[in-house]
Amino acid sequence: MAIAKVCGIETEYGIHVTGLDLDPVTASSLIVSAYKDSNWGTTNFDLSSENPSSDARGVNLDDYLDPTIDSKMLNTVLGNGARYYVDHAHPEYSSPECRTIRDAVLYDVAGEHIVRESMNKANGRLPDGVDISLFKNNSDGKCNSYGCHENYLVSREIPFSQLAAMITSHFVSRQIFCGAGKVGRESPTGSTDPRGYQISQRSDFFEEVIGLETTMKRPIVNTRDEPHCDALKYRRLHVIAGDANMSQYATFLKLGTTALILSMIEDGCFPENLFIAHPVHAIKQISLDPSLSTTVLLADGRRINALGIQQMLCEKASEYISSHESIGLTHQEAQSIIDEWSSTLGALQRNPDLLQTKIDWIAKRRLVNGFQSRHNLDSGDPKLKAIDLMYHAIDEHKCLANKMSLLKLVSLEDSHAATHIPPKDTRAYFRGLVVEKWPDHIVNANWDSIVFDADNGPLRKVEMNEPLRGTQELVGPIIEQCASVSELLARLGSNSDSTGTV
Amino acid sequence: MSERVFKPVAKKQKQEVSEVPEEVQTSPNQEIVDDIDSILDQIDEVLETNADEFVKSYVQKGGQ
Repeated sequence: MAIAKVCGIETEYGIHVTGLDLDPVTASSLIVSAYKDSNWGTTNFDLSSENPSSDARGVNLDDYLDPTIDSKMLNTVLGNGARYYVDHAHPEYSSPECRTIRDAVLYDVAGEHIVRESMNKANGRLPDGVDISLFKNNSDGKCNSYGCHENYLVSREIPFSQLAAMITSHFVSRQIFCGAGKVGRESPTGSTDPRGYQISQRSDFFEEVIGLETTMKRPIVNTRDEPHCDALKYRRLHVIAGDANMSQYATFLKLGTTALILSMIEDGCFPENLFIAHPVHAIKQISLDPSLSTTVLLADGRRINALGIQQMLCEKASEYISSHESIGLTHQEAQSIIDEWSSTLGALQRNPDLLQTKIDWIAKRRLVNGFQSRHNLDSGDPKLKAIDLMYHAIDEHKCLANKMSLLKLVSLEDSHAATHIPPKDTRAYFRGLVVEKWPDHIVNANWDSIVFDADNGPLRKVEMNEPLRGTQELVGPIIEQCASVSELLARLGSNSDSTGTV
Repeated sequence: MSERVFKPVAKKQKQEVSEVPEEVQTSPNQEIVDDIDSILDQIDEVLETNADEFVKSYVQKGGQ
């Protein structure tokens, strides 16, 4: 039986500095630390002696960077239950665990607000002429890629090889509605071609069908087995084969369709014989053909285009939700996903430009093609690549996606509130609330545990192995009623001196 | 069709495919083209003054 599709998104933001030759780790540290003053709940970074603020060319950043910051360890948990840190030379925001797709979209948008506020604060501290810009994209056009990963809770009962074989068909073909669009081509091995336009930011970078790597030889299905919860019951499917979306609608479809298909796999309802013969080749073929006519070879010898694969999946998902009671999501949300999925596939078939306010690669293509025609530019003109990059700018005034009146699924009021209020119906609620209420008494917080210092004895670790516990319903009144951490730990019923469970 | 779980918060013109008249679904929509023209007018203001330099200098250390 399908289990609850608890999910979330982690995004590495592109970072660009002008006016100073600053290494990206230090620049990312400036961004994340700038959020500290007014918003930081708790940190677990080391206060040791590294000095990232000294620049050999004579600019001393000590006036702008908190001297206690250790770039490598900059890592924090926010009051909304998210993790915000420096990872692989990028600022990264990992949303809290969400119980609905709508919430996962909401907390992804909240992440945009958080990095935007960080950027504005960091720039306010920097000298005139120095500026840091952030981008919600996945490629620099020079063979360097950085990820937007999705995570879904799945049952440990399904053999991973089976799950991987099935979900691959979706990961290869879903880009037709969740690709973010890219000017030019590039390869992981270093060759680039600035000409042309393709559907996905990421497809150029996949070299394997399945594997553990995430920074090289990237696989379409990542095998990282790090559930951050009860490993006997659950897996966390860590998805690296996706683009960061500016369109909330595309994020909704990306997460919603994937969650439904995972539930179908858990319930043995994945369509028969829908296996792509050469997935690594196919993911690139599909990305490189915005006409959507390219067909790919299935394992049984048939040829089919990405739309055909998606139509089969959508039809099967529609049957699935009407014939099953427990489908990992609410039926209301599942029906909404099916309705939008189906209508999007129909529009892609009739006239993709009708989706210019919903689908990123189509919105961006309108801008790129329109600008190219208006100024009679050659394919490969750097201005077209600049449009590609600026589509993803976090600066609201420069962001070209903002100009496209993209459909909003969550209100600004809600998404701003979500920067500091956690989801109510997952363990993120417990994490967010205690971090907000007792920041000075938390030694360390992680996805599945929190270590408290109650000032009156040994450190106490509270484990959170169940993603659907620690909710407002279960712990809200307790947290509200407790005046101190000691009281909280007593009320949680710690069953030994050192551990408790939420 | 069941009630939607999400509702577009600020309903923009022509955003629902289902609301686009049938006749423009198979031919270029003049209104969309006009919109794009007004947006293209703004791109020059938004693009970095030296787009070439911006594109060249946008180099990222790899990530995941």
